[in-house]
Amino acid sequence: MIRSRRLKLQVFRYVVLLAAALFFLMPMFASIEFSTRGNGIAAPRTLDSWKLIASTPELSDAIIASLELAVITSVMMLVLLLPTMVWVRLRLPRINRVVEFICLMPLTVPAIALVVGIKPIYIWISLNVTDSILALAFAYLILVLPYAFRALDAGLGAIDLKTLTEAARSLGAGWGTVMLRIVVPSIPSAILNASLLSVALVLGEYTFANLMNYENLQVAVAYESLVDAGTSVAISVAALAFGFVLLMVLSFVGRLRSTPVGALQRP
Amino acid sequence: MTAAGNPALSAAARPVSGGRRLPLSWLGVVPFFVYVGIFLLLPTAIILAGSLVAPDGSISLSNFAGIAKPFMFTSFVNSIEISAVSALVGAIVGAILAYAVATGSPQGLVRRTVMSAAGVFAQFGGVTLTFAWLATLYTTGIVYVFFKDRGLDIYPGGNIWLLDLRGLTLIYLYFQIPLMVLVFIPAIDGIRPQWREATESLGGSTWHYWRYVAGPLLFPSFLGCTLLLFANAFSAYATAAALLTQGGVILPLQVQALLTSETGSSQPGLAKALALAMIFVVLVVMGAYTLLQRRTSAWLR
Repeated sequence: MIRSRRLKLQVFRYVVLLAAALFFLMPMFASIEFSTRGNGIAAPRTLDSWKLIASTPELSDAIIASLELAVITSVMMLVLLLPTMVWVRLRLPRINRVVEFICLMPLTVPAIALVVGIKPIYIWISLNVTDSILALAFAYLILVLPYAFRALDAGLGAIDLKTLTEAARSLGAGWGTVMLRIVVPSIPSAILNASLLSVALVLGEYTFANLMNYENLQVAVAYESLVDAGTSVAISVAALAFGFVLLMVLSFVGRLRSTPVGALQRP
Repeated sequence: MTAAGNPALSAAARPVSGGRRLPLSWLGVVPFFVYVGIFLLLPTAIILAGSLVAPDGSISLSNFAGIAKPFMFTSFVNSIEISAVSALVGAIVGAILAYAVATGSPQGLVRRTVMSAAGVFAQFGGVTLTFAWLATLYTTGIVYVFFKDRGLDIYPGGNIWLLDLRGLTLIYLYFQIPLMVLVFIPAIDGIRPQWREATESLGGSTWHYWRYVAGPLLFPSFLGCTLLLFANAFSAYATAAALLTQGGVILPLQVQALLTSETGSSQPGLAKALALAMIFVVLVVMGAYTLLQRRTSAWLR
């Protein structure tokens, strides 16, 4: 009976995975097909659209800006959120629900609504602090809060944070040491997960940048689609592929780091 | 499960971490609260306050009267409908996909691939997502041509549903399903194989297992994820902006039109009132979810 169930499960898995692959890869395939079309009906396949990415300076500027934003947002997220969550769990468990509520709040405030409220603040920032596109990272940090919180919360919930930190503290470690050498190495996959979700969100973000007149990757792609649809499709396929490869590579890195402290994790 | 696992420890630690050392321990959360205060709570307050300022500068509720127009009502209905349908379908399909992934090896290639792909697709949107679907299903698209060559027209009577709200719902699934996989898989991972074995040793069938064990355990999380998908679709803007040529069919487009009117007739007060209305809708759904969850957790006890 168990064997037949296992077989059924395997069949079910492959059917579902195949159907999903078809649904998700078909538009990707269509995009690549579209972006390699030549000019004219019988024209041969061409990679001109792809080559244009590198030779269009606005595009490469926007790509670099989005990549920088992705890194800055992830780092800021970790620096701001992780110590707060650890501290709240250890010292202020009463306000854990408040922090959770605040972190999940961006989900209830639609991005387009948040733009309405945050625009005056950005006008002030661009006049008094900086008019660089990197200022968008402040708003992006808010957008990634729900995803980052969930990922980190799952990670922190899976280790015995209290015992670990108390042991470190009683051996004379300061809070900095506790954070960097105890907490961070204990939850590598949660940290990676949170960072990856942040990177993916920032690379795909359009609403904020567009309505606050910054040119990030997605805004540049939208402009480019008016000029040369092939190039705009090529660049977003490239962005997706880049994000995918990044997530894949990092998922392997996460496993390497997790083994040494695995023994400390709760079952 | 894990948080409640150590009552003796947390009880012993409470007097130390509690009230007496309040000022010092609160210092640790100041950066976080200052930050969200500026970039999350202040904007929300600005929306709230701004929605009460009429175009002539006086304080009134006139902006909310501006919402009560037939075309506004239509976009409300459209927005809620498209979000609800894409959230429900996305949640069901995403949950099945998540289950198919979670039952494989946790360190396997399939899981890594699906999770990485879900990570990028969940944030995919805008003009290129629309393009991808046009290249697939529009009258020159590869799938359309494939079926057409075999005598099957997916647009019976020349009704190209891809370009209206039905098409938008389908396109939304392209980021809704991956998001569901991402947020639902931890819940499935939490289910222990032992529970299945326990069901079986008590004589339960697969149906019993799903009906009485796994189903009720996963249901609250499933509902929560569905709600998240609803909120996600409700605020999605870039894709609709690219697909629907006439503006204002759904709420985010109405807000955008009010914010950035090219004829100079932008109405920031009305935009804020509309933004507030959107928040209100999500809050109502959230409230319903909390009530439901209270019900289900009562069942679980």
